[in-house]
Formats: sequence, C-alpha cells, structure tokens
Amino acid sequence: MELTKEEELALKGEYGETLETAYRILVATGEATNAQKLVPIQWAHLSGVNYNTIGDAGEEFLSKLSQDAKVKVMTTVNPMGFDFDSVSKYNLSDEFVQKQKSIADSYKKMGVIPSFSCIPYEIFDLPEKGTQVSFAESNAAIYANSIGSLKTNKESAFSALASALTGKSPYSDLRIDDTPNLTIRMKLENPNELEFGMLGYFAGKIADNAVQLSGVSGMDRRKCKALCGGMGTSGRCGKFILGEETPASEKVDFDKKEMQKIHDELNTADKGDIITLGSPQLGLQEIADLSLMLKGREFLKRCMVFCPRSVQEQARNLGYTNEIERAGCEILSDCCTCLSPLVDKNEIDSVTTNSIKGAYYLNNSNGVGVNLKPLSQIISDETR
Amino acid sequence: MKVIVAGKAQGKILKTNIPINFLGTVDKKTGIIHDSKHDLFNMPMKDSILVFPNGVGSSVGAYTIYSIKSNHSAPAAMICKKVDLTVASGCALANIPLVIATEQEYEKLQNGSSITLDTDSGKL
Repeated sequence: MELTKEEELALKGEYGETLETAYRILVATGEATNAQKLVPIQWAHLSGVNYNTIGDAGEEFLSKLSQDAKVKVMTTVNPMGFDFDSVSKYNLSDEFVQKQKSIADSYKKMGVIPSFSCIPYEIFDLPEKGTQVSFAESNAAIYANSIGSLKTNKESAFSALASALTGKSPYSDLRIDDTPNLTIRMKLENPNELEFGMLGYFAGKIADNAVQLSGVSGMDRRKCKALCGGMGTSGRCGKFILGEETPASEKVDFDKKEMQKIHDELNTADKGDIITLGSPQLGLQEIADLSLMLKGREFLKRCMVFCPRSVQEQARNLGYTNEIERAGCEILSDCCTCLSPLVDKNEIDSVTTNSIKGAYYLNNSNGVGVNLKPLSQIISDETR
Repeated sequence: MKVIVAGKAQGKILKTNIPINFLGTVDKKTGIIHDSKHDLFNMPMKDSILVFPNGVGSSVGAYTIYSIKSNHSAPAAMICKKVDLTVASGCALANIPLVIATEQEYEKLQNGSSITLDTDSGKL
C-alpha cells in the first residue's frame, strides 16, 4: 500500500503514539484487503462500547487512549451495556457500572457524539450519495451501503476507531467494487419482519462482499432493519442490492425449506419468560406504530423496548410512550437486546423476540433460550 | 505468504479448519474457546501458532484479541487462509504477528509440530 509522506511519518511515530497506533491498524487492514492507498472518510461509527464485550483490557485501553486522542471526523458510537436511568433496578455489580461509565467517559473525552445507538443512519442526517464513511456496527454498515447510498467496508471495532482518529480508511473491497457474484431469489410472499431477518441471516452465511436480492417486495424500514441485522450477524457480506437476477451471478433460492432451517437453528425455546423488542434499536416510527398496536392492550409478562435516547425523548414529547408504558413495557435507551447484561441467565431461561440478530447473541452470548415470533404475533399472544 | 502484521514467533501449531468467532466463543481472559461445537474446544491458544481459516462474527472480536494479549493468554502468532478486518486490526493493535498463507502452505502446517515464523524471511 502506498502512503503519503505525512502518513509515513505518522506511522513512524513522528506525531505521537496514538496516531502511530492508528496508522499501524490502517496499514494492517489495508494489506489484508489489498488496498493501494488510504482515502478520506467523513463519518466513523464505532463498536466496542459495552463493558460486557470489551472487558477490563478494553476499558483500560480506551482510558489510556483518551488521555490525548481526539477524533478527526464526526464519530458516533454503538450501545453500551445498560441505561443509566434504570440501572439501579437491575442486579449489576458496582464494578460493572463503574467500568461502563469509564468507557463512556473515555469516548466522550475523545470527542465522539454519545449516541449509544446501533442505528446511526436513522437518528442522524446522511451525507450526500457516495460519501466514504467507516461503520463498524454491521447492521449500520449494511444499511449505509445498501439503502443510504454511502460507502463503507464492514469495519472492525479498531479499524473504525483508527478511521475516527485519522479521518482515513483503506481504499478496498466495497469502497471500490460492490458487484454481487450471487443472487438470492426470495420465494416467500408477503414476508414479515422475522422472515426478512431470516433472509438476511441466510444471505450473510453464503454471500461474499455483496449480494443481489431478487423477488423482494413490500419492504418497509422495520423489515429492512431486520434484514440488515440478520445479514450482519452471520457473515461478512456488507451490501445488498434489490432488483432482478443478474445474469453473471450464481443463483440460490430462499424458500420455506431454507427458512425452516434458519428457524430451527435460532429458535431454541417454545416460549419466553420475557419479551425484548429492538435489535436493531427501534426508530421513532416503530415506536409510534407500537403505541398504536398496544392501544387498550396489556402485556402479560415483562417486555423491554430498546430505542436510542433521542428517539425516546421525541417519543415522550409526542406522547407515544404513554400507551407503551401503560401496556407494561419498560423503555430503555443507550443499550440494546444484543449482549446486554440486563438479560441474565441466572434470572431467566428464555426470551421471546422478533429479532434474528438478538436471537443469535441471546443464545450464544447470554446463554438463554430464544422464542422467535413476528411482532404482530407477539402482541396477539402475549397481551390481553 | 503475505505479511499483515510483521514479527517473529516460535511455537507449536494449533490448527483448525473451522473459522473462529473471537467475540462469541473465545474467553477474553484465558484465550480458551468455550464453544463445545468447535474442534479447539477447551484447548488453550496461549503461546501457540494459531492456524485457522479466518475469523467470523462481531467487529468487537478485535477487542477480544487485544484482551487475550493483555492477559498473557494470546497465541504467539496467527496464520490464516483469508484475513478479515477484525483479526487484522486486533493483531495489529496487540502486536501479534499475522500472515496469510497460500493454500499449499496452509495444507502443510501440521497440528502439534513446532515452527518458527519470521515475517522478514518471507518463509514459514
């Protein structure tokens, strides 16, 4: 990979340890993806915020880094482990709370926007078409490429962090070429959001960098987010293109049989002790829809609803939260179903959710069973 | 082979043909894979030359690699067939030598045998 004089000097440590580390990461990821050069990016979105996932080593690394590091471009961050507003209601250790606070403080000190959201594309304005960005959260990278008309690779926590600190990223993979070599033919009619999630999970498993999806109709934002979440969970694919089959590509069908296989893999319980909604976190329209669906109804068990802080604020001011809280839901911000320590296997055995991404992590990381249902069925089965 | 993170290392090969999900399945303190379905289940990767096809799963897996290095339970080096950004960036930050082997080189690497990896020499 060719570096400019300035980049070479930074890599040699002439501008301090932080930039040396950042350039070392960019060079390694550039070499790994056969990049010829680095290009400027305008927005970085970081993963690696939840103490549950990055642990003590991550907390110490960020604390040390934040002593002199500053982000060079607009930088947003993923959810953390819990919502500070309600954390006292849960059984989390003081140490966990303290370490999580330290991580959040380190990011703020570096100049990131404390968004703590996995749906940056829904709560911030998108830059113009074709803009290079660097998103580590997989559902956000896929949404940015496929729907937002932006350009990013499916970044890692450190490659996005290095981009934030330098304003650059290796010019490779999806930034250059997003031609799909595989078409998946969607054979299910009128799919709900759960089925969109399973389509994504299926595609992620078998597709390379990009995939063509044919036969898809009736996709709204909720379904699209489910698709992005599922796809990001199972593999490396960072972009889908909707449309007709491309002649040059290999073709695979997604029909009832393929769907059943995914369902059997991820549906690990017949019922849930609690319900979680939101992975990816819910946007304002989804909160508005939920409040209408819950009108006059009441949940028979605990239901956690995850949305970004800014969405919760607007939903409160618009009155959407009244109906949702009256129906018995708990609204949480700054965290998400995925990898949250709030779902503890010592307290519950199983969770009902409509999220494929949530199902994967609840089962593999939290160690609880998962009962998958679309939202409409959750409401008809679990409320009165 | 192609050098992603330069360095020298010596150790016994710990090889699998199953991709590794660092965030989901590797203990960030002990460096032990706790997924019973994986063929490296319960095998410590500490000080080994870890040979695996590629990494999979969450972008936060890069922190797991950094974490096992900080806890002195990381492999001495890693050799992959394909490199993903998570493994490349994790090894870069943790200073764990990382190379991509050709198909031929990869096949020759025998589980349990001792090797020296010197990225300057360009050979395995």
